[in-house]
Amino acid sequence: MKRCLIVDDSRVVRKVARRILEDLKFDTSEAADGAQALDHCRADMPDAVLLDWNMPVMNGIDFLRALRREPGGERPIVVFCTTENDMSHIAEAIRSGANEYIMKPFDSEIIESKFAEVGLV
Amino acid sequence: MNSIDFEFVSGLLRRRAGIVLTADKTYLLESRLAPLARKEGLNSIDDLLQVVRARRDERLITALVDVMTTNETFFFRDKTPFELMADVVMPKMLEENRQNLRIWCAACSTGQEPYSLAMMLDDNPRLTGGRPVEIVATDISTRVLEKAKAGLYSQFEVQRGLPIQMLMKYFHQKDDLWQLSDRIRSKVTFKEFNLMEEPRAFGQFDVIFCRNVLIYFDAATKSKVLDNLSRIMRPNSYLLLGAAETVIGVTKKFEATKERRGLYQLTSQAASGAIRAA
Ligand SMILES: C[S@@+](CC[C@H](N)C(=O)[O-])C[C@H]1O[C@@H](n2cnc3c(N)ncnc32)[C@H](O)[C@@H]1O
Repeated sequence: MKRCLIVDDSRVVRKVARRILEDLKFDTSEAADGAQALDHCRADMPDAVLLDWNMPVMNGIDFLRALRREPGGERPIVVFCTTENDMSHIAEAIRSGANEYIMKPFDSEIIESKFAEVGLV
Repeated sequence: MNSIDFEFVSGLLRRRAGIVLTADKTYLLESRLAPLARKEGLNSIDDLLQVVRARRDERLITALVDVMTTNETFFFRDKTPFELMADVVMPKMLEENRQNLRIWCAACSTGQEPYSLAMMLDDNPRLTGGRPVEIVATDISTRVLEKAKAGLYSQFEVQRGLPIQMLMKYFHQKDDLWQLSDRIRSKVTFKEFNLMEEPRAFGQFDVIFCRNVLIYFDAATKSKVLDNLSRIMRPNSYLLLGAAETVIGVTKKFEATKERRGLYQLTSQAASGAIRAA
């Protein structure tokens, strides 16, 4: 079973994403900001990260850059999932090492399609 | 809706577009005709059908057929056909050094299918070896063709099947929507065409995409449409159908290729006929 870390400061969004990913047969865990997510990855590197952009403590893009510098941190497939929906954010995310990008609002079909795009389902 | 009205509308659809509507789809009919009635300034579906019956108004009949088409589509739908294009079809075309490559998307809906092809070929120049490729895309519905030509898609639509790199490379934002670049849009020619008609005027093709449209037709119509397609295929050309569609038991003009599933070619019998006709 592939493991996916869901990083979002909204409990509701995490819950929705969790349901969808569990239906796609992922083993999920959650983090409420980038710092928590980084701690989680250091202890237990997931196969995939679903990543919000705007969060307190450490935002998504800072987390991503930090993750890619960690030992083994190049391995997880990172899919942004954010309300930031303009080209400059998308370009910055991909430049910083994101593999895919979802613009909120999302639904199960979009998650499935994007995860398929990067070979996760 | 009573059964007389249902028979009337389903008969019209079948004659005009080949589309078969079974009685269990009455809800579909009602949900599509009600907005059309409103748009025409009529009070009800009853009134709408009354006008259609009384006046035989061509514009209204066309609009009625148009709203009854199902236009579900998305970028790189099912992936496999596009992989087949990249792995089998295009290499074959290059190997044969074929010139003036022509591709036809025979039920293109809002354009995602022909645009996926155009983007894929643009993104991988080795596939065409720099040869120009003409992509003709047709549909019976003028409503979807207008959208296709504009190349404007919602945030939801650009997240179904389209890799983010393709979005970055080929689209720009326009208000709440995403617009495909002029360069890619100019690679596809959109035209109205009803598959019930004879397609010879479009000339001959190297590749035909006829996907997720035969499913709406009855067996006789499927077979007639495939016969028509078989007559405008260049020798050694390829036909691609939808995931739920096949030629088996439908036509003797096409057969599945040995190499890969989902890829069809003229049977030798049909091919010799095509050469004679050309
Ligand atoms: C489900 S869409 C398929 C779009 C695309 N080929 C794909 O696979 O995603 C079917 C399309 O067939 C069109 N269609 C239905 N009957 C037709 C006919 N008789 N002639 C041409 N197009 C037709 C509809 O308007 C609709 O846009």
